[in-house]
Amino acid sequence: MALKSKHLLGLKDLTPQEIELILDTAGPMKEIIQRDIKKVPTLRGKLVVTLFYEPSTRTRTSFELAAKYMGADTVSIATSTSSVTKGESLRDTAQTLAAMGADAVIIRHSAAGSPVLLSRYIKASVINGGDGMHEHPTQALLDMFTIREKLGRIEGLKVVILGDILHSRVARSNIWGLTKMGAEVRVAGPPTLIPQGIENLGVKVFYRVEEALRGADVINVLRIQRERQKKGLFPSLREYALLYQLTPERLRLAKPNALVLHPGPMNRGIEISPAVADGLQSAITEQVTNGVAVRMALLYLLIGGGN
Amino acid sequence: MDADKMRRALVRIAHEILERNKGTENLVLVGIRRRGVPLAERLQRIIEEIEGVKLPLGILDITLYRDDLTTLSSHPIIHRTEIPFNITGKKVVLVDDVLFTGRTVRAALDALMDLGRPQNIQLAVLIDRGHRELPIRADYVGKNVPTSLKEEIAVQVKEIDGVDQVLIRALPEKTAGP
Repeated sequence: MALKSKHLLGLKDLTPQEIELILDTAGPMKEIIQRDIKKVPTLRGKLVVTLFYEPSTRTRTSFELAAKYMGADTVSIATSTSSVTKGESLRDTAQTLAAMGADAVIIRHSAAGSPVLLSRYIKASVINGGDGMHEHPTQALLDMFTIREKLGRIEGLKVVILGDILHSRVARSNIWGLTKMGAEVRVAGPPTLIPQGIENLGVKVFYRVEEALRGADVINVLRIQRERQKKGLFPSLREYALLYQLTPERLRLAKPNALVLHPGPMNRGIEISPAVADGLQSAITEQVTNGVAVRMALLYLLIGGGN
Repeated sequence: MDADKMRRALVRIAHEILERNKGTENLVLVGIRRRGVPLAERLQRIIEEIEGVKLPLGILDITLYRDDLTTLSSHPIIHRTEIPFNITGKKVVLVDDVLFTGRTVRAALDALMDLGRPQNIQLAVLIDRGHRELPIRADYVGKNVPTSLKEEIAVQVKEIDGVDQVLIRALPEKTAGP
């Protein structure tokens, strides 16, 4: 069994079987992370490059660790300190990476479609680490892995994605992935932050969070970005928190063992109350470990063989 | 081999393990996925019948340690390694169904070394079919079956294949060799 493409550009292009393969492979990888010696020799001699045009702690470190645990060499390019500040184009950067012998490049960029562009300039496997508001496939994969691990399945579950759906690549990737795996997806947030026509992706839209939470199995809380408030998309952070914050009271509307997820970094007290973030139903810290496992699985499936 | 011959071989191997290790102290069993696992489970059961002690049993998946991943066209499926005990200081008996080139055992040794520092590692196999490509040898052998490279040995176990037997058959024309 293998993935059809040598790139991971988005969950929109994956089949449910491919998603299942990635999640099945991530399980054994998680066991490796729990050992004393977190290392296997599988990707020895391979070079994995992270090329991040936007800041990131979680995703970049997660990919680096995943590569190192699999025995690969890693190089991190944070463009704020690279020749990109001198005006080097994506194409030239790509050719430099190719000359270095990169086997996989993880790219995060503010322009949607940049991973596709990169894949045309380079022979290496390209992994989308987040492109604009388009997709963040590895985040959605680790979210689904967390759900499947905790609740045993994805099919038939009621999953609420709560927050700024409009600007969220995490939301979009989750919508693609979860609907493919048979979950019932609900998006909830202020009308100004939910794109028109999103029902066409097969999700139910809720403007009142209490209605969305009724009987939910999973709540994935998205970060509210203060910059959006300055654009007048909601009156104030306080009002957002009043109407949409995931509080213990609101969480009780969901099923008793409902899972709480957050891609991070959290704004405690705005989109999520500290009590919920640190509560028993929160799988937020486990998401971080699962993220490394999922990325290890992905690297194995993409570059761990004679392609 | 039929089911009875398999059972007798495993009983003999269990006795040999206990004899050579002078009992069960510090002894653990690790089955190599996939068919080494049910065989290790049977050894565990037989030893429990003989000595009244249930040896710790681990499951080892060696896929990530294989030396031939770059030659395969599609990725082998990975399963979990489950060794819920410390192997440092223990006498580890690795269990597999067939010993052939020795590369699987080499991978298993590397995997075990990453998990701890055993006192020693011993190898028990149901069938030794010869054609070693590495200096690896078994401590306990169910049956030596000399084969040609144009043949293959298939060990079938009830737990996976529904029946206990060992078959030797000719390989299809184009895939002769290890």
